[in-house]
Amino acid sequence: MIYFDNSATTQALPEVVDTYAKVSQSIWGNPSSLHNFGGQAFNLLEQSRKQIAELVGVNPDEIYFTSGGTEGDNWVIKGTAFEKQEYGKHLITTAVEHPAVHNSMEQLKKLGFDVTYLPVDDNGQISIADLKEAIRPDTILVSVMAVNNEIGTIEPLKEVAELLKQYPKIHFHIDAVQGIGKGIMDSIFNDRVDFVTFSGHKFHAPRGIGFMYGRRGRRLTPLLAGGGQEKNQRSGTENVPAIAAMAKALRLLLSNEQATNDNERKVRQIIGEHVSQFDKVVMFSKNTDNFAPHILCFAVKGVRGETIVHAFEEYSIYISTTSACSSKKHLASSTLAAMDVPSDISTSAIRVSLGDQNTVAEAKRFNEVFDKLYTEFDKLS
Amino acid sequence: MQYSEIMVRYGELSTKGKNRKDFIRQLGRNTKAVLKDFPMVEVKAQRDRMHVDLNGADDKVVMNRLKDVFGIENFSPSIQVEKDMPTISEMVVAMIKEQFRPGMTFKITTKRQDKNFEFNTNQINNMLGDYVLDNVPGITVSVHNPDIEMRVEVRLNGVFLSSETIHGAGGLPVGTGGRATMMLSGGIDSPVAAYMAMKRGVKIDMIHFYSPPYTSEQALAKAKELTAKLTKFGGSIQFIQVPFTEAQETIKEQIPEGYLMTIQRRMMLRIAAEITKRRHCTGIFNGEALGQVASQTLESMMAINDVTNMPVLRPLISMDKTDIIKIAEKIDTYDLSILPYEDCCTIFTPPSPKTRPSLEKSRLFEGNIDVDDLVEKSIARMKITDIHPGDEFMNTDVEAFAELL
Repeated sequence: MIYFDNSATTQALPEVVDTYAKVSQSIWGNPSSLHNFGGQAFNLLEQSRKQIAELVGVNPDEIYFTSGGTEGDNWVIKGTAFEKQEYGKHLITTAVEHPAVHNSMEQLKKLGFDVTYLPVDDNGQISIADLKEAIRPDTILVSVMAVNNEIGTIEPLKEVAELLKQYPKIHFHIDAVQGIGKGIMDSIFNDRVDFVTFSGHKFHAPRGIGFMYGRRGRRLTPLLAGGGQEKNQRSGTENVPAIAAMAKALRLLLSNEQATNDNERKVRQIIGEHVSQFDKVVMFSKNTDNFAPHILCFAVKGVRGETIVHAFEEYSIYISTTSACSSKKHLASSTLAAMDVPSDISTSAIRVSLGDQNTVAEAKRFNEVFDKLYTEFDKLS
Repeated sequence: MQYSEIMVRYGELSTKGKNRKDFIRQLGRNTKAVLKDFPMVEVKAQRDRMHVDLNGADDKVVMNRLKDVFGIENFSPSIQVEKDMPTISEMVVAMIKEQFRPGMTFKITTKRQDKNFEFNTNQINNMLGDYVLDNVPGITVSVHNPDIEMRVEVRLNGVFLSSETIHGAGGLPVGTGGRATMMLSGGIDSPVAAYMAMKRGVKIDMIHFYSPPYTSEQALAKAKELTAKLTKFGGSIQFIQVPFTEAQETIKEQIPEGYLMTIQRRMMLRIAAEITKRRHCTGIFNGEALGQVASQTLESMMAINDVTNMPVLRPLISMDKTDIIKIAEKIDTYDLSILPYEDCCTIFTPPSPKTRPSLEKSRLFEGNIDVDDLVEKSIARMKITDIHPGDEFMNTDVEAFAELL
């Protein structure tokens, strides 16, 4: 099998599963229990938090555990809206966000909040001028993704940070679910960002776990009320096995970041250079610094994305239409739509997303299969 | 940008006449203590300033530590370059570009210690100013109110460039204000009181009462961990754990319920005073604030303070709880303090302690117990631990967990 759908999810690493199993079996106390068996779980929880904080270069008390990217995004957006609604009801985000951001914003709209979606250029990037123009006295949040999940664009985070320094009261959120371990930690953890959200299963940790960075002194209204875990900000018994497993997965990810990115870039280049030679292929991802190394999105004109995905699956090669979240709903890619790509082309888009385990040999195999399928597709169109 | 040294400017100590030398020496020692895990760092405490040579140490971490050291007014990270104008100019432009945003102004301030350098101060200012104007598009000069002040120091061993001044913690170096003990319970207040004592230069020895088996190992570990948190302001702290079980049991048995708390506190203060005297310390700090709980009324303080004439210092006396909490959050002790372990002040709390105990009755009831014997027994069994920056006590499985993580 060739797995080229790493932006949808990744395989949990054996050593990560090992930690999960050991903690589930032997350190399974409740961190809130008073006895020292629970105390042990508490200590492991806090050591995991400390490790994650050190890996990303922040303070341990700025790390909050969540169930994943969706929860993190919902929390920052709605938590900001509820916390700061007296100061304003205007939120700004981009037209190319993940549904966890987009639909949270849409829910808030129904509650009377006002949302500005920033347009993007043909690389999928927002412009700072547009952002500047969108900011109003009642703006309370700017939410910008680090890396677009459909085509891999890296948004200009440092420039956003620079601009927002002039507006110190606005919460600045980065959805970094696709951005972690992609060589851009400096821009994600810039000196202005207030909240950053992450999902574990995108970097070989188990499902159902993620974390959020929240700058000291910035406040969100909690969405989950209850037993007061996570300093009363996110109740629910801590998922210690998954948290420890995620801390390990993050360490492994970041200890090998550069080599992984180089490899991903090489594999992407081999596929990109090959498929772009064909007349009916339209490339969306580019081999430049504005794009993350692991995502390659392109369309084969006249063939539906779904058809291409199933054709590859016959050869045990797993790719996706633009994003796993929208693919089953037969929706055209929202990112491509925001880039003004006509819908007859965007419905033909597919995404190849890479991980550290992918190899040059797999890229070559993909190209062989692509050649074969391309001639078959010729008959379709 | 990797800095080569941090230049530290002294605070109030600059004005302290003949004690100056001691202040500087102490600040140098404290700085070394909080940077102990960076063996390559060299701390040179000189008359006007202190130079912290990084020698490759992580500048961000070092600067974060310096921010907490009392006695530092402010500091500037600087980069050492060759004494050669083209090299200096390039670095100056690179440093300014890192901070520059459209509309900003700058100024070059040169100090020349090395009088043999080929250009004088004015020439250097002009040359660098011109170079910056030519190479940073959009920047302008403001002599009186610049956004970026680029400091250039031509010393004998090289040229040092700095463009940022970072605020320090102020206060006086810990150790220059004498030595006192601190009654540390583990709650929110006492670490804040210790912090405030240290801010005025007092070297603190922690006294912590514990009552096994009524109080847990975790509660003791928590008090030690809190102490470790406080070492970042001035280096290592001695932690004195004093067993209090026997005294507490005796009091519970012999004293009427309404006076349990008062007599317990009298006993604690008596023991603390004795330890303070024997260690040649000259005062006892605690975290009392007026009106917070039963033991913290003026009447109560009088009834308790009766046992010693050693100064009992209460830095939080008139502070509001919310302000105390703000400081606790700032010094990073709050999250630890609110961990729910019983300490020896919370066990044996009577349902309704006297908020206005009478001094006479306190003395009278205390006649039922052999006070001196209990004091001696506690002191005989006390244990002292040196707590250093970075020490951990809450989590004894760090290494076992490291394998999992």
